[in-house]
Amino acid sequence: MLLRHTPKEIGERGALTINPAKTCQPIGAMYAALGIHGCLPHSHGSQGCCAYHRSTLTRHYKEPISAATSSFTEGSSVFGGQANLLQAIETIFTVYDPEVIAVHTTCLSETIGDDLPQIIDKADKAGKIPPGRRVIYANTPSYVGSHVTGFSNMVKGMAATARKSGQKNGKVNVIPGWVEPADMEEIKRLAALLGVEIILFPDTSGVLNGPLDGQFQMYPPGGVTMDELKSTGDSTGTLALGEWCSAEAARLLDTSCKVPCRVLEMPYGLKATDRFVDALRTIAGVSVGDEINHERGQLVDMISDMHQYFYHKQVAMAGDPDQLIALCEFLVSIDMWPRHVVTGTPGRAFEERIRQITAGLPYQVNVKAGAGADLFLFHQWIKNDPVDLLLGNTYLKYIARDEDIPLLRFGFPILDRVGHQYFPSVGYKGGLRLLEKILGALLDRKDRDDPEQSFELVM
Amino acid sequence: MTSVIFEERRDQVVTKGEAPFRISCDKESLAGAVSQRACVFCGSRVVLYPIADALHLVHGPVGCAAYTWDIRGALSSGPELHRLSFSTDLREQDVIFGGEKKLERALIELIDRHGPNAAFVYSTCIVGLIGDDLAAVCKRVQEAKGIPVIPVQSEGFKGNKRAGYAAACRAMFSLVGSGDTAGISPHSVNLLGDFNLAGEIWIIRGYLERMGVEVVANITGDGRVADIMRAHGAGLNVVQCSGSTMELARMMQEAFGVPSIRASYFGVDDMAKALYDIAEHFGEPKLMERAKQVVREELATVYPQIMEARRRLAGKKAAIYVGGAFKAFSLVKSFRLLGMQTVLVGSQTGTDEDYQELAAITDPGTVIVDDANPLELMTILKEKGADVFVGGVKERPIAYKLGIGFCDHNHERKLALEGFVGIVNFAREIERTVLSPVWNFVPRIGGAPLGARRAA
Repeated sequence: MLLRHTPKEIGERGALTINPAKTCQPIGAMYAALGIHGCLPHSHGSQGCCAYHRSTLTRHYKEPISAATSSFTEGSSVFGGQANLLQAIETIFTVYDPEVIAVHTTCLSETIGDDLPQIIDKADKAGKIPPGRRVIYANTPSYVGSHVTGFSNMVKGMAATARKSGQKNGKVNVIPGWVEPADMEEIKRLAALLGVEIILFPDTSGVLNGPLDGQFQMYPPGGVTMDELKSTGDSTGTLALGEWCSAEAARLLDTSCKVPCRVLEMPYGLKATDRFVDALRTIAGVSVGDEINHERGQLVDMISDMHQYFYHKQVAMAGDPDQLIALCEFLVSIDMWPRHVVTGTPGRAFEERIRQITAGLPYQVNVKAGAGADLFLFHQWIKNDPVDLLLGNTYLKYIARDEDIPLLRFGFPILDRVGHQYFPSVGYKGGLRLLEKILGALLDRKDRDDPEQSFELVM
Repeated sequence: MTSVIFEERRDQVVTKGEAPFRISCDKESLAGAVSQRACVFCGSRVVLYPIADALHLVHGPVGCAAYTWDIRGALSSGPELHRLSFSTDLREQDVIFGGEKKLERALIELIDRHGPNAAFVYSTCIVGLIGDDLAAVCKRVQEAKGIPVIPVQSEGFKGNKRAGYAAACRAMFSLVGSGDTAGISPHSVNLLGDFNLAGEIWIIRGYLERMGVEVVANITGDGRVADIMRAHGAGLNVVQCSGSTMELARMMQEAFGVPSIRASYFGVDDMAKALYDIAEHFGEPKLMERAKQVVREELATVYPQIMEARRRLAGKKAAIYVGGAFKAFSLVKSFRLLGMQTVLVGSQTGTDEDYQELAAITDPGTVIVDDANPLELMTILKEKGADVFVGGVKERPIAYKLGIGFCDHNHERKLALEGFVGIVNFAREIERTVLSPVWNFVPRIGGAPLGARRAA
């Protein structure tokens, strides 16, 4: 019992996090920046931050993750990190030759009060940024929000590079939020099926799910280009998927370039995908073709084939707000019952939305976001009200083992399984995959646990 | 390789045999470098966290605790408290008004609930900056709760990993000397610098037991607070991974007169030498006799297996890039035992002395590198035609992308690599990756696929 130190009784908890259901802002900024073509993310802080983020992303994607660091020293913490960042910009363009550097801060540089736009401007005036190259940035103090906030901040930093030329480009901006490279590919495929031209940002497909081809490419072929980002100011409209991950960037495009936006929930499962397809159809003025309807029909077909196995199965889920909201809705729509829902990312609206989605269930779900919402509390809830399935990142495997509950790995980070890089979870196709995994987990358990006389060949 | 090495780093990458050997090291990484190095906190955390019956509370924003949550696979035979992640999760308000009160409340709550035998409180970058008086809080809680509560001064920006090791040593040293040493055998040792990855310290303890040597404290793999408190009663400190715990040995020598020797448990030669050195230190013929017997027995089992692996691996080329240089010495020797040649060897935190020794034990033409970045590593790997790369988590996918095998000799070690059995496991790991059929499907830039080479 690895978690034998977790008591069932839920006592008073002070200001303290045990087994977090979140991590800090900069790693989100780093992941988002990897979705820009030819970009080297840069961590403005101590060396350790950068090393940790690179290691975690490497473990999750099993791909090389390059990022540079300002390598703060005691001197920088006293005199400010300006000299480090100036030197870093020069070093990076000279040695690693990226098209763009995406700088994010850390708790250290934020507290010192380094002024990124001023330093970047200074680097530019000093000729440290070669012609045609860019340095973009995001403020990502680790003591505010979570990794999701950092992701959102960097995406907003990307949107800040948009320019309005006065000439519409006929495209739709789609901000996918923190989803996997395979999901980004799937969103592009759906848009193509609809015949809608989109600019997807960030776009980590082709960056973090690349092939083994005998070479190490610091800048793989994928990613949204800086030209495309600039042109988002000329798009017809923006679809932001996820309030926490994507809405800020979309609203910025609205105010800065008058590109109207809609914020949708992430397209996991039937209903959310329906809304996404419908919104994209409406904004682009096209109609939905047979192919997409066919895919939708297949998803409904699988649900109907297996619905008796979903019936009132209880689920405990932990992860990030946008993903949990959409998944929660999907589970309820197939007659499964979310029981405990935890995210370390703050947001009162999250708790309200989860309660709304689960309003028809015969009990009040346990839901908590932000302070005190950690996997320690989550585990205590599960001890008090056991469930049939866990859904969340690899850290849930301790609970899965101790409580003997099947775990469907979903979210970030996944350190011990593969597939998330290559198979989408969004869209109707992604819905099929989610169902396959849910059924696999539930039915494997049933096969293991059923007594001999009721062990079934056909399910 | 010339083009990818910064002008400033030219003297940190040296090829043996080209000129009299001189390397520059132990200097700060260049700002803007894609360095593989980590920070002070990281150094302290990896050294202390295997102490399984202590509370490890990270005072700072949540990230520092989240990224170090159970990453090292340091096994415990008892409590598992070290595998949980505790953080004060500092927020903006705390940064403005200070985090001391929050820290104190968190400590009291955790000590009350989990009843640890000691608590380590890690300082992070932000704490160093806002000026929380960690020592004062720890002192208050120690008095209130009656267990040692130890501040670890591991602010991330105050140096590199080595500084973190030193901070960890100072923290542990504050425990040493407070326990009862009655009944400790004169033939007794502390094992320093072994973190019990994949159960390795149990293997070493097994050999020592067979020799009749008592182990007082594991520092720190499967470590216990009470053992460390009486560690000064041991007759000898045996220090592996010298970078991380030599400082503790030095302090114990000074304060308690406990002598120390350096050891490595990787590879047949070094493992045997470690046992002989321990026996010799105590000057008791019986110990030496039993040490020889242990080596004899173990070798009889593993030698045929090593020779078997050698038959398949001979002539292959290895590249090594590890955290501490001391580990690299053993790796170079182990590869030689397997009939393989080391073409690249480097470390994140080696000292001048370390690199001199590396230069002495490697073949001419071997590239020796300090604090490398991925571009440098890639270029050298390709130029030298390495068949396997030994490194840490960030290096693995780089090797694979190049179509080169990989062995994790760091946190993600899955098999015990120490001891006599360790060399067999090591050979197996190397064989499994170097001879994997997957490389036959990979176009190797600048060289034929491995399969073609093998056939040739």
